[in-house]
Amino acid sequence: MNQKKRQPSPSQNPLAIASKWVPWADKLLPLLGVVILLSFWEIAATSNWVNPVLLPTPVATIAELVIVTFRPENGLFLDFFTTLWRTLLSFAIGAILGVPLGIILGSNERVYRSFEFLIDFFRSTPASALIPMFLLFLGTSDWNKVVIPAFAGFLVIIFNSAYGVMNARQSRILAARVMGASHWDIFKDVLFWESLPQIFIGLRTGISISLVIVIVAEMFIGTDLGLGKRIFETQQILNVKDMYASILTTGVLGYCLNMIFRFVEKQIVHWSGR
Amino acid sequence: MISTATSAFINVQGLCKSFGGQVLYQDFDLTLPEGKVISVFGPNGCGKSTLINMMSGLIPIDQGQITVADKPLRRSRIGYVFQNYRDTLFPWMSAFDNIAYPLKVKGMAEKNRHQRVDQLLATFDITLDLRRYPYQFSGGQQQLIAILRAVVADPEVLFLDEPFSALDFEMTLYIREKLQQVHMESNLTTVVVSHDLEDAVYLADQILLLSKRPTHVVEKVQFELPRPRTPDTVSHPEFVRTKGHCLDIFRQEMRQ
Ligand SMILES: Nc1ncnc2c1ncn2[C@@H]1O[C@H](COP(=O)(O)OP(=O)(O)O)[C@@H](O)[C@H]1O
Ligand SMILES: [Mg+2]
Repeated sequence: MNQKKRQPSPSQNPLAIASKWVPWADKLLPLLGVVILLSFWEIAATSNWVNPVLLPTPVATIAELVIVTFRPENGLFLDFFTTLWRTLLSFAIGAILGVPLGIILGSNERVYRSFEFLIDFFRSTPASALIPMFLLFLGTSDWNKVVIPAFAGFLVIIFNSAYGVMNARQSRILAARVMGASHWDIFKDVLFWESLPQIFIGLRTGISISLVIVIVAEMFIGTDLGLGKRIFETQQILNVKDMYASILTTGVLGYCLNMIFRFVEKQIVHWSGR
Repeated sequence: MISTATSAFINVQGLCKSFGGQVLYQDFDLTLPEGKVISVFGPNGCGKSTLINMMSGLIPIDQGQITVADKPLRRSRIGYVFQNYRDTLFPWMSAFDNIAYPLKVKGMAEKNRHQRVDQLLATFDITLDLRRYPYQFSGGQQQLIAILRAVVADPEVLFLDEPFSALDFEMTLYIREKLQQVHMESNLTTVVVSHDLEDAVYLADQILLLSKRPTHVVEKVQFELPRPRTPDTVSHPEFVRTKGHCLDIFRQEMRQ
């Protein structure tokens, strides 16, 4: 009989091994996927799997990105800031209208029921499908590239705000009521805060959607500046390096907007998940 | 030694309450004395929470009348401590703003709110950093914050729905002591629901034993050991006898 004492040694736990061997490497894990993608890209670009005319190497693309970004003539940074400005403006319009209207909608069951179908329907309709319709009314004016994304963002924001208010848990509202709080007190001190996490979900989705629609609108509707327009045009004239550089920039923009938003959300909705 | 001398402070008459056709209370009468601690004990689902929710005006009644200090409910000052502090404290406000909230909605100025809360903390020798948010405190501390919030505006009655059920043993003892202290300081009329007979008897002047539904009062048991009660109280013959008596009645009731 083997009567050896069983002691849980670190080597029995695979997680323990990992943390013992490479404690610092965990921090680098998020980069692993990026490295793998870049390697594939490099191999694909240099091994003639893909026509090199259609796919420059990563290094060439990033070099191009640096060059075109600050080129005085037709510089990428102008397109970048135009798209950023349109996205922020349309998001702001969507939020300024969507949050208060959503809260009003959610505070009144009857009002919500009357608009529920409409909101749900338009929310489920891809906003890009509405571009031609908006074109009819607004022409190819620069407003279009703000109004359409604002509309798309507005729909998710109003929906989530209404939903947040309607589904607020009752326990804290009851607590406030028994303490003698008025309807207005309850609304501004409890109900609003209770629905804030859901409102933020709407805002975060809203800004992503706004960016998507800004890019699509810039591709469809004639414009002087904008990342969407640049991606489309560089593709048309087969300036692929510039096209990839523009696509990368768009990705970076979306990612940064998301990160900034998460940061702000964490500061404001500090109690979420605790 | 039944204290019939104290007049009815909380008065429930002809109370009816059903949920979806299921009768919970039918012609239910109850009077509770002023300045005492009443523990409510009874089988699961017999309507203990529902009873104190109706007495505090949180949920409507179907029929009947409830008065506190001869006033209808909406004009009486109620303090209420919920079963789950997590769901009823406001995590977006600091602990101070939580405790002072009842004063704020009454329109008390900020400076006076601070004075009142400081005074409250001093009375019960509580040292907590109230600038922190509720979720940054332990469970027991959060329940303590909830209790302070319930008593800060000088209520006429304090209701507590199973205030220990989310706490560990040590914290239960601590909060139990604080509740005793609150009562000794203010002589506040207190109605506490507990599913633990020891806690129920320990805190009470009177234990209200309820039946299975449709719910009626089986017995009001008096327990008159003087305060402060201590951990030794639970082995006092009077305590043991009272607890045993309540348990007997509870068992009988469950057998029916
Ligand atoms: N809002 C409600 N809707 C339907 N039934 C309810 C509601 N609240 C309580 N009940 C029912 O009433 C009974 C008593 O509930 P409750 O007062 O919570 O019991 P206790 O606190 O004594 O355990 C239970 O059977 C419960 O299912
Ligand atoms: Mg209950």
